[in-house]
Amino acid sequence: MSTLVDLVWLIPAFPLAGVLILMALGRRLGEPRAGWLAIAMMGGSFVATLLVFIGLIGHEGDERETVVTLFEWVPAGKLAVDIGLLADPLSITMALFVTGVGALIHLYSIGYMHDDEGFSKFFIYLNLFAFSMLMLVLGDNLLLTFLGWEGVGACSYLLISFWFTDEANASAGKKAFVTNRVGDWGFLVAMFLAFLTFGSLQYGEIFFEVESHGVAAGTASAIVVLLLVGAAGKSAQFPLHIWLPDAMAGPTPVSALIHAATMVTAGVYLLTRMSPVIAEAHGWVPDLIMWVGLGTALMAATIAVAQNDIKKVLAYSTVSQLGFMFVAVGSGAYVAAIFHMVTHAFFKALLFLGAGSVIHGMDGDQDIRRYGGLVRLLPITSMTFVAGWLAIAGVPPFSGFWSKDEILAYAYGENKVLWLLLLATAILTAFYMTRLVLMTFFGPPRWVEAETQVEAEAGEEAVDTAESAVETGPPHRHPHESPWTMTVPLVLLAGLAMVAGVINLPFASDVHFLGNWLKPSLFGNDGHLPFGGGTQWVLALVAIVGSLGGVSAGAAVYIRRRIDPARIEHPFLARAWRIDETVTDFMGGPGRRAFERTTQFDEQVVDGAVNGTGTLIRRAGAWLRVSQSGLVRSYALGIALGAVALLAWFISRAGF
Amino acid sequence: MGGSTVLPVIIFLPLVGAAAIALIAPSRATVLKPVAVATSAATGALTLWLMGAFDKNDGDFQFIQLTEWIGSAGISWHVGVDGISLFLVVLTGLLFPIAIVACDPPHDAKAYYIWMLVLETGCLGVFLALDLVLFFLFFEVVLIPMYFLIGKWGHENRKYAATKFFLFTMLGSALMLVGMLTLALLTARETGGAVTFNLIELANSAGELPTITARWIFLSFVLAFAVKVPLFPVHTWLPDAHTEAPTAGSVILAGVLLKLGTYGLVRFGLYLFPEASQYFAPLLFTLGVIGILYGAVVATMQRDLKRLVAYSSVAHLGFIVLGIFSINTEGIEGGLLQMVNHGLSTGALFLLVGFIYERRHTRQISEMIGLQKAAPVLAAVFTVVMLSSVGLPGLNGFVGEFLILTGAFVAHRWWAVVAAAGVILAALYLLWAYQRVFHGTPDDANRSMPDLNWQEKLVMVPLVGLIVFLGVYPKPVIERMEPAVNALIEHMEEVEGIESPTVGDRPEGSFEELRKLKADYGDEGEGH
Repeated sequence: MSTLVDLVWLIPAFPLAGVLILMALGRRLGEPRAGWLAIAMMGGSFVATLLVFIGLIGHEGDERETVVTLFEWVPAGKLAVDIGLLADPLSITMALFVTGVGALIHLYSIGYMHDDEGFSKFFIYLNLFAFSMLMLVLGDNLLLTFLGWEGVGACSYLLISFWFTDEANASAGKKAFVTNRVGDWGFLVAMFLAFLTFGSLQYGEIFFEVESHGVAAGTASAIVVLLLVGAAGKSAQFPLHIWLPDAMAGPTPVSALIHAATMVTAGVYLLTRMSPVIAEAHGWVPDLIMWVGLGTALMAATIAVAQNDIKKVLAYSTVSQLGFMFVAVGSGAYVAAIFHMVTHAFFKALLFLGAGSVIHGMDGDQDIRRYGGLVRLLPITSMTFVAGWLAIAGVPPFSGFWSKDEILAYAYGENKVLWLLLLATAILTAFYMTRLVLMTFFGPPRWVEAETQVEAEAGEEAVDTAESAVETGPPHRHPHESPWTMTVPLVLLAGLAMVAGVINLPFASDVHFLGNWLKPSLFGNDGHLPFGGGTQWVLALVAIVGSLGGVSAGAAVYIRRRIDPARIEHPFLARAWRIDETVTDFMGGPGRRAFERTTQFDEQVVDGAVNGTGTLIRRAGAWLRVSQSGLVRSYALGIALGAVALLAWFISRAGF
Repeated sequence: MGGSTVLPVIIFLPLVGAAAIALIAPSRATVLKPVAVATSAATGALTLWLMGAFDKNDGDFQFIQLTEWIGSAGISWHVGVDGISLFLVVLTGLLFPIAIVACDPPHDAKAYYIWMLVLETGCLGVFLALDLVLFFLFFEVVLIPMYFLIGKWGHENRKYAATKFFLFTMLGSALMLVGMLTLALLTARETGGAVTFNLIELANSAGELPTITARWIFLSFVLAFAVKVPLFPVHTWLPDAHTEAPTAGSVILAGVLLKLGTYGLVRFGLYLFPEASQYFAPLLFTLGVIGILYGAVVATMQRDLKRLVAYSSVAHLGFIVLGIFSINTEGIEGGLLQMVNHGLSTGALFLLVGFIYERRHTRQISEMIGLQKAAPVLAAVFTVVMLSSVGLPGLNGFVGEFLILTGAFVAHRWWAVVAAAGVILAALYLLWAYQRVFHGTPDDANRSMPDLNWQEKLVMVPLVGLIVFLGVYPKPVIERMEPAVNALIEHMEEVEGIESPTVGDRPEGSFEELRKLKADYGDEGEGH
């Protein structure tokens, strides 16, 4: 059995092979074969992960880490970093959902990217992303994790600006990369400090050092805070969250895979991985993680309430849900964080793919104010979307309920105010998701009005193209269900979003499967609830009431119109608390001016001094005009002669 | 007389080629390029052979040739290669054929190829010379062909740029010459021996000079090299020279010539003046950090694409100086590695900008848009090179940058923390430039720009190949550098009692032992 775990290198090898093959043959394979090859590679990777998973189960609980070192990467001086893969419960859990959800999204992309001229390029990027993400989670040292970390960032950049002819997409890609780089600065400095402190970047060695020699609380705090900066960048936490809503400019499968299910959870993974170091830090460090998470969760939830772009709602919802995971990490509930990460991967990928299916059916329109009544026209999309909605809203027995409830319970144990605010966020979540579902799938079809307008404008032209319009839409709008390549992933994900709660049930310790499974990776740093089952039941009941309350409030506003939605969708919220604007204004204003001033300083002062000296010499030397031919050759000759004279002088001095 | 003859062959082969080209009749102009390509390619092949034959476990100079030259003055023909110079020699051997193949001069082809090959001899000589006077000669020889390459085949403002380049560098090196002479004479006086310019002998008696004297001489060297690197505030010749030079000139200028400065700082700064290097390290560190941030900020605001790439060199070379003056294995190796990396990625960037210029006849960013639509292959290659320059892990630039910053952090932590912010700015200026040039919808002027032709693709293959290879597997390079770098640090520690800032040994731990430890504690309850 143990040999199965040694196959861990196959997990990233498959997508890497996909990248190489597609780079060589992608264009020749064309659509759809290039896509199928990419899916086959993801499938292979998923199967390899399953084999490693089975292999790990065969090991004793205490021996569930296997490091497979492939080769030396950066051996310089005292620094020795290998390309080594770590297969342990945490990394394989991550790899399972990355490859599993990844394969489904690859499949979906075949339908979604149909007829795109960059079809094969898209799958190169997707496979490259999967490879990077797997290196991130499987790397056995911080530097290799950083390789994956920046690799996914680069793929994210390439995929957000995939349709690069549109300036907005190009800007969004750049913004994502640069903002992430701010976080990466923290990650980099954290690595320097870790290397200086522990003499190694390898997880096993760092944890060994922490355990055997200990580490000063100040140092551990600094490392964790710096890693938190990196994690906040990648996982879109305040104030580095501003790139994620813009990242929605990318094709929707990208939003689902990278900006919802996998990449953005990397920050949570990193902090979970480093739990032994967090345990050594000052007490305020986990508190900081917790409050950053809470602040982000609450803020993003309020913003989501007022967004009208279907993908923007989901984007802010992702930011908010990642905040939940940070709260979990900060309160020591690492298992709850990973649990929510897994369930979130299912339901958020589902919601994004559903949104993509709707957008596909609505010919690219993303404004929910022009949706409505789509339930009859897009039955599969609607039903699966409803499953995702109930999951994220926290309605039992859907998966999101179980994971969110666990985080809420830990938050309660940590701090009552924290719990209350987090509960408010959960209620808001139920509310804005209800709004989204109601405005999209139910109520009167508002796209009909838009259609008649367009029809009136288009006039005769519409009649001419009527035949093709049946297929593609404009100017007639015919919302239609998506092809099977897109609906099959939806159905599978909907199933997972419904039942994934069973992987970690709270009723007894032996059904707390995920918790037991992850135990070896957390080195006893996982928190324990300071209260019994009774309190837990009460808290769960409160959470359920809260969720249902949020849903009914949504229904009250958006079906019954008890309150004018305009009063809730405040402009301040619609404009995302003006954080992004403020940053943009600063960068475009004082920031840009400072850059321009520096450049002027370079041109006028630094270089000005050089040219000024030249002019001065030229004027002062005007009387020497005879010798000043202006030819550099003669200057050179002068200098050379001078040098020779100096040389001669020195030699003569040396001679005595 | 004695030793291996391979190094003189490597140094003078290009010169022989230049002589051969000079003899070619004007009527046979078509053979000019083949001869130049063949000569530089043969030289490149020899440098590759040298790399293969190099003993990677030996930290001393290898393939030494030592012959008395001007005996009475202590000047000798003394060449040799070690892990510090080896890859700069290989880089030179590689970049010259690429630059010659990639770009054809619009006029006066004969003179152009002659100057290119003379330039190659000069560069190789600088990296291989182990005698101060010999080094100085080659160092100056480099100037003349470069001056003509910029002045004759450059762009609109070439005369100004060439003159500026020449005067700047000449000013620095004149001071260095005085420094060299003083060093040799004073050392001879202190040791009571004969005057010698032999680098190794001078280095071995480096501790003999009075501290203050050594510091002054060190500064005269540093000034010459600082101009060459270039370090803030003596960098302003660089954007003009790089921008006005013909493409091949820019490639060599950025790829090889700037390394003369950083190489000089290692070979003549650290090696000859251990104490002064340590003493002035904070100053050079500061200038390096300023270069990183300042170069990046100014690069961001450039309107000329080539000038932008030129300013990016100021930032990258700032990193290299930072690594060198960390005075520890990680930092110096990072610096050396980054010299090679910068040569590859910035050389490639200048080639690509040159390809665009040939097509669009402009370097203005504002006049280009949507080129990715018109030239997807060019755009793809540009993306890879750009990501390498930005320091993306998995590509070459990252390994060097990371080692530099690690070494710098160990030596002077706060400087490294600030310098690391340079990675944010690097992403900003390159990605923004890429967005403006390649993204967007192309207008009429840009829509029909042709993509790379087979010759251009061909020259990019080795560059992109090495960019990826050195990012994934830099070990063959690092392990050949390490003995020489360690020898240098040991030398510095021996001569002047310098203590190289370093970290503790790698812990002997693993998950298994951690478990055992945990289990032991577990018997006694929680924690430890």
